[in-house]
Amino acid sequence: MLETLVQTLINGIVVGSIYAMVALGYTMVYGILGIINFAHGEVMMIGAMVAMTVATLLLKAGLPVLLVLILAAIAAMVVCMILSYTIEKVAYRPLRNAPKLAPLITAIGVSFLLQSIAQLVWGLEHFPFPELLPSKRIILFGDVGITMREIVIVIVSLIMMTGLLTLVNKTKLGRAMRATSENVGVTGLMGVNPNKVISATFMIGAALAAIAGILYAMNAGGKVHFFMGFMPGMKAFIAAVLGGIGNIPGAVVGGLALGLAEALGAGYISSEYQDVFAFVVLVVVLIFRPSGLLGQRTADRA
Amino acid sequence: MNKLLKKMDPKESMIGFLIALALLLAMPFIAKAVGGTTWVRIVDMTLLYIMLAMGLNIVVGFAGLLDLGYIAFYAVGAYMVALLSSSHLSDNFEWAKNAFPTGLHVPLWVIVPLGAALAALAGIMLGTPILKLRGDYLALVTLGFGEIIRIFMNNLGKNDFNLTNGPRGINRIDPVTVFGYPLDKTIEIGGYKLTKEFLYYYLFLILAAATVFVCYRLQKSRLGRAWMALREDDIAAKAMGINVRNIKLLAFSLGATFGGIAGGMFASFQGFVSPESFTYMESIVILAMVVLGGMGHIPGVVLGAVIMYFLPEFLRFTVEPMQKAMFGKVLLDTAILRQMLLGLAMILIMLYRPKGLWPTPTREDKKDVVSTDKTANTPA
Amino acid sequence: MQTKLFKLLPLMAAVTLAACSKPEEKKAAPAADAAKPAAAAAGDSIVVKIGSGAPKSGEIAHLGKDNENGAQLAVNEINAKGDLKIGGKKVTLELVGEDDAGDPKQGPVVAQKLVDAGAVAVVGHLNSGVSIPANKVYADAGMVQVSPSSTNPDYTLKGNKTPKGSVSSYRVVATDAKQGPSVAKFIMEKGAKNVVVLDDATQYGKGLADQVEKTLKDGKVNVVAREAATDKTTDFKAILTKVKAMNPDYIFWGGMDATAAPLVKQMKELGLKATLASADGACTEKLIELAGDAAEGVICSVAGFPLEKMAKGKEFVANYEKAFSGQKVQIYSPFAYDAVYAIVDAMKKADSADREAIAAAMPKVSIDGLIGKIEFEPTGDIKGGAITIYNIGAKKLNVATIIQ
Repeated sequence: MLETLVQTLINGIVVGSIYAMVALGYTMVYGILGIINFAHGEVMMIGAMVAMTVATLLLKAGLPVLLVLILAAIAAMVVCMILSYTIEKVAYRPLRNAPKLAPLITAIGVSFLLQSIAQLVWGLEHFPFPELLPSKRIILFGDVGITMREIVIVIVSLIMMTGLLTLVNKTKLGRAMRATSENVGVTGLMGVNPNKVISATFMIGAALAAIAGILYAMNAGGKVHFFMGFMPGMKAFIAAVLGGIGNIPGAVVGGLALGLAEALGAGYISSEYQDVFAFVVLVVVLIFRPSGLLGQRTADRA
Repeated sequence: MNKLLKKMDPKESMIGFLIALALLLAMPFIAKAVGGTTWVRIVDMTLLYIMLAMGLNIVVGFAGLLDLGYIAFYAVGAYMVALLSSSHLSDNFEWAKNAFPTGLHVPLWVIVPLGAALAALAGIMLGTPILKLRGDYLALVTLGFGEIIRIFMNNLGKNDFNLTNGPRGINRIDPVTVFGYPLDKTIEIGGYKLTKEFLYYYLFLILAAATVFVCYRLQKSRLGRAWMALREDDIAAKAMGINVRNIKLLAFSLGATFGGIAGGMFASFQGFVSPESFTYMESIVILAMVVLGGMGHIPGVVLGAVIMYFLPEFLRFTVEPMQKAMFGKVLLDTAILRQMLLGLAMILIMLYRPKGLWPTPTREDKKDVVSTDKTANTPA
Repeated sequence: MQTKLFKLLPLMAAVTLAACSKPEEKKAAPAADAAKPAAAAAGDSIVVKIGSGAPKSGEIAHLGKDNENGAQLAVNEINAKGDLKIGGKKVTLELVGEDDAGDPKQGPVVAQKLVDAGAVAVVGHLNSGVSIPANKVYADAGMVQVSPSSTNPDYTLKGNKTPKGSVSSYRVVATDAKQGPSVAKFIMEKGAKNVVVLDDATQYGKGLADQVEKTLKDGKVNVVAREAATDKTTDFKAILTKVKAMNPDYIFWGGMDATAAPLVKQMKELGLKATLASADGACTEKLIELAGDAAEGVICSVAGFPLEKMAKGKEFVANYEKAFSGQKVQIYSPFAYDAVYAIVDAMKKADSADREAIAAAMPKVSIDGLIGKIEFEPTGDIKGGAITIYNIGAKKLNVATIIQ
């Protein structure tokens, strides 16, 4: 009984870490621009697709697995960063002073576009993602185990969070980001180019999405598909809001809370209603803390 | 552009109104002549979407509450009709079988108000716990509500308690009966067959017109002005003595009402409902109708609904012939290209008309005031 | 704002112009009298249109494409042979393919489009949820619809009749009620004691799992858990951790290959000793490709005889890959292929390309199809037919047994 519980908690933390990684991208963009970047899940999908292609080719060429992993990750990050930069410049920047829902609709348009591009480039099928991290189970005690891949997922998500926190709080770019999130116009007067800061934010978010995409593809049964970005994108959105959207540790806390709620709900109550638990937890949390778990009360007027 | 549109406004002149009316009445005949019965069907569905978009416009456009789960009300209405006018309940529940051996077959006059009432109740149920939430938090909870309703409909079909027949859906729903005349029977007038699609068109037209009329009246009413005050600034609205809680709930329930009626009509038109029809993407599509058309502006929202429903169908009919005409063969898969063009259209419309294709004229005039107020980036 | 819009105008005008020119001339003929199929006579040969409705966009577009390819292949073959004659006239078939996006709302619209286009019968649709509402439209037009893949019993049980009283809903695939029990009986014979039944909460998966659960319970086998995921689930660890404590020896999955692959991989990862059993949705080469070594030992079933056992099977695969380069046979294309032949057989028997005549002749259809003998029950379901159980081993689908 205890073993089942501990294993369930481990599963929840692993899934939650993936949600957290994707949620970080959402939260950064929201924190600085106040818009929900609905295309984030699709950027992640493109990252996974690129990594799949590169890794499959390099493995065939006989390169060592670790090198393949690094090269595939770099390729995915570069493609995602270029993509995200373009999306921001073309679809969001002209709408910075438009009504709030306008960028939401372009974001949905962008995700349709990215999905159809993926269909044209890669086709409609599910493709296997090469096993770049060992999936052999390490037994912790009794019947409780964890794979190397899962350990990497949890660690990477923590590194991402601390890295981002350091970036935002300790670096010059971070200060510029914080300033931009306060007021785009005034930031410009202070000698910071807000457009550059916003582009940088999108590119950092895209790099995180690329890595998240690779880890997600490996963890989700080792396959990629043009529609794969939808579910984690939506879950990460919930996670970001649950933790308090715009808040970096909040994204991680929200992701973990969501992952645990789902794992425990499916394991102990009913698997049929697994997705319902996510939303019930969300509603309950928001009733008591209307700005999410770690969010501050803001004079938000959306 | 605006001048041209103003000229087309039916209120501008009696002649314009009559022309519009004649056009609307002749629409299915035109559609059939141009593209066959398929287009009559597409026009029918467009009317349903106009009703849905009108309902969501109350919540999003008038009251400024972002709702991403609007399809739930459509589902509630559709399932209510499915249960009340098919043999499903009698097939599965002993008590229903005893009471109605051949299944319940409720007429239209009961269905419409009942569907409206049930959906309104669902609207209040959704609205009550989340009154305090704002902006994106509200959006997400409504999204969750929509998904929860769908998941329940998918799962309440167990053998011991088969309420919704689960993912299999409910089949053989009665057609709407008007004065004892089922609308799926073909009327023949002078050799011209008026099929089911024609008859439903006029029913939907009446309902859609009623919806638009009610929305116009609401907008001009005290309640409508209160909603707009809430949308622009809820704190100021409160200070002016508006009961924010009540008018929020009214927005949710009135918006839901139209969704419920449209859902009921959908169920009897299709004759079949299943949870697949009520996914999260549907809510997004309806929201896109409202935003693309011009939030809060009734003619704009109607235009948005027409475009968002027509565009994919239009592309379905044109993408392949166009490719063949241009390159002599089908270069890109038409289904993929269709999705791509829809995405592009959404982006382009927003980039060139960020307030929608046909926004509220007054807001257009006072553009600067409104945009600085609405878009000041709220730091989080 | 206004000037910006003008930039768009030429683009919009171009689209509209290009759009209006084509469909109208095409539509004119069938719109004049939609009730009569467009059997455009040209001398001694006629063109007969057969419709195909499948999701070519959206999540399961690869399966929809596969269905249409199967039908297209049959049409190409018949045309190449050129010996199909009706009423003494040579017949050229034309496949009219439409995309239903797997969306129940689009079903009737697509159906209407096929009716308007003058198709005499339809192969489709893929999902039961689309087939059912679409069937009403076909039936009203006096048409027969032969689904290659809709397994929901309601599709035929509550199917519609044509105006002249013929059955309109046919299928060449076994219903859940036939396929589920076969798999269940097979694992019972293998000595299953504790079985977990899982499904993806779709019409297909849940319908199948319900039947498996019922058969197992009737056979006094312990169904230790009945769980559900979704058709998008990729992480089954929560469910698997829960059922692991129950020591199942078999896990049945009612769902598709794309979800079966992560399921079976995660079973191995969590150290479950159970064997995965599934049905035709997961009985594919794709499962082996996606799951790799983890797929070894999986048991699955397909209605009909194994392709490699059929003389025409290998030929079909070869022809398919030749005709649609870069695409592989997925699941239901052999069924769609047979559906076309069934319709053509009815056409021959009726010696007519009239919709109602074809519908009236459908009960008399009897052909040796790719998947076995094809004859229909009065309800529109395919008769008896064999079910082949496969066992995955050495990265191949190996025939374990054929249940007649």
